[in-house]
Amino acid sequence: MLHSSTQDTLVGLFVAAGIAGLFFLALQVCNLNYFTEQKGYTVTARFENSGGLKVKSPVSAAGVKIGQISDISFDPKTFESVVKMRIYSQYNSIPDDATASVFTAGLLGEQYVSLEPGGSSDYLKEGSNIEITQSAIILEKAIGQFLFKSAEEKK
Amino acid sequence: MLELIQTLGKSTRAGFTKLGRGTYFLLQTLTGILEIVPRPRLLLNQMYSVGVLSCLIISISGLFVGMVLGLQGFYILSDFGAEETLGVMVAASLVRELGPVVSALLFAGRAGSALTAEIGLMKATEQLSGMEMMAVDPIKRIISPRFLAGVISMPLLAALFSAIGILGGQIVGCGLLGVDDGSYWSQMQSKIDFFDDIINGVIKSFVFGFVTTWIALFEGYDTIPTSEGVSRATTRTVVNSAFSILGLDFILTALMFGDD
Amino acid sequence: MSAESRSQNSLVSVRSLSFSRGDNNIFNDVSMDFERGKITAIMGPSGTGKTTLLKLIGGQLQPSQGSITVDGNDVHRLRRTELFNLRKRIGMLFQSGALLTDMNVYDNVAFPLREHTKLPESMIRSLVLMKLQAVGLRGARRLMPNELSGGMARRVALARAIALDPMMIMYDEPFTGQDPISKGVLVHLIKSLNVTLGLTTIIVSHDVSETAAIADYIYVVSGGEVIGEGTPEEIKHSGSEWVQQFMEGSADGPVHFHYPAREMQDDLFSSGKRY
Repeated sequence: MLHSSTQDTLVGLFVAAGIAGLFFLALQVCNLNYFTEQKGYTVTARFENSGGLKVKSPVSAAGVKIGQISDISFDPKTFESVVKMRIYSQYNSIPDDATASVFTAGLLGEQYVSLEPGGSSDYLKEGSNIEITQSAIILEKAIGQFLFKSAEEKK
Repeated sequence: MLELIQTLGKSTRAGFTKLGRGTYFLLQTLTGILEIVPRPRLLLNQMYSVGVLSCLIISISGLFVGMVLGLQGFYILSDFGAEETLGVMVAASLVRELGPVVSALLFAGRAGSALTAEIGLMKATEQLSGMEMMAVDPIKRIISPRFLAGVISMPLLAALFSAIGILGGQIVGCGLLGVDDGSYWSQMQSKIDFFDDIINGVIKSFVFGFVTTWIALFEGYDTIPTSEGVSRATTRTVVNSAFSILGLDFILTALMFGDD
Repeated sequence: MSAESRSQNSLVSVRSLSFSRGDNNIFNDVSMDFERGKITAIMGPSGTGKTTLLKLIGGQLQPSQGSITVDGNDVHRLRRTELFNLRKRIGMLFQSGALLTDMNVYDNVAFPLREHTKLPESMIRSLVLMKLQAVGLRGARRLMPNELSGGMARRVALARAIALDPMMIMYDEPFTGQDPISKGVLVHLIKSLNVTLGLTTIIVSHDVSETAAIADYIYVVSGGEVIGEGTPEEIKHSGSEWVQQFMEGSADGPVHFHYPAREMQDDLFSSGKRY
């Protein structure tokens, strides 16, 4: 048996190492931003079809992440997908006639919302609606249309 | 035929009896934990033999598992041109599955078998009986501190395992295979969720620690007090712990990551 | 001394005790008295449940019938805390010594004191050294149990058993597997502790000569029953053939040399079977 104070030190080291491991996982691995949540404002866009979009999918403009999806719901009256997104507050000068499109990153990548600024002098703010939207491209539909078209042409 | 049914019935009944004794034992152990509070020294001694002595095997295994994940992941992902997501793959598999499961299996082999052997030998050499005759409850004095030490140590060991594994993956992926260091971390950070992945991993390892330590201590306490009995109990600890860990892992995974 | 006065002066009395383990009847309607301040021995061949009797007295096992009272308390009717309080006043020496293997000699003897009293460490030290002095092992206090010989381990266990100054002490096979010198030391210690501290002593043993030398009263147990009792003198001159065989250690007698089997002739000439 070790001398008890050496033993205490080792137990202390062990506990410290374990907690350090947990902190490492929390901060370095998952970038815990629940406590340091960035300030932002929420805007809404309606899509005919939001495809594989999920909560926390990124919102980007010109390829830069400027926010993330906070909620997706279905509107039973208009049969549209209502997507709420949170834009970080430092990006507060996006024209309110911006176009929101659902794109896919690469062929197999995840889907995201891309904002393309228009020319309006008013900016998006808390509670704004994005009027012009472009739905996700559903691969099966596109292929179906393509085949249908080429079949027509052959006739 | 009749004999077969009889044997089957008998062993089923014996199994249930054992489960019942085990549950009673667990309840006694849990009540005993309250009495450790005024005597932290008992816990500290056990944290040493259960936790500190398992550190080395956990760290080294974590490093190698992470390095292997880095290699394997790189070869698969580079086929799709997605080497940048190596960090995600390494971290997700470690934090969700391999960290809790592999470290619990190692823990059962290292600390669990040692606990069973220790308690079993104490029983075989009449130390537990002797304590009872000295009006000291062996469950409170011997079992409860070991149980608490196991339950506390396991999540810490699993966190250590995952953290070292992720670093190991980084050494291989970024150091040897040329994945970009920045995308290794940033992809990981954007995809790994604190609650869904890390907290769930910690919950898993806590459950595994609870079950493994319980099995180890009960097998030791319930052993037939001969040298053969102790060696059998030690084997049973490792086997039963492994089964329980893997079975529970399936259930927990289905509960935690099922609806995503 | 008459049985009447023995039972009046008894510290432990066992009344029509029966105990069985599975289908095995270990005790069948056994009654015994253990007098205050005396050495009472329970003798009998191995496997007759002598150790079981000590565990019954200590309340570690429940009898199927009958009662055991220790100092006026019915052991098996006590609540758990009361039973623990009673056990603090009973010392027990296990066959193997049952020392805690992860502590040295000093800490082993100090163990019951630390668990049950709030004495300052300096007083515990004096008490431990006194107890170790009594068994002649004050110099061995830093040794670990695995460094002790069998006889020394038992002496340490004895020091631990008397650490709380109990009213009685039970010895489970104290002489088994000891060399003659260790046996002599233990015989001397048991007797002197009994005389100097007035400890009521119960010895379970099958070592005839050592036990007979110090016991005040002997019960001979076999097959779950008391088959002979009395002072060592009375036992030596007992009319029972069985008791005579046990005390003399003869190979054949009422207890047969041969395990029950069919006739030798039949066995040898029956061919065709493996066993």
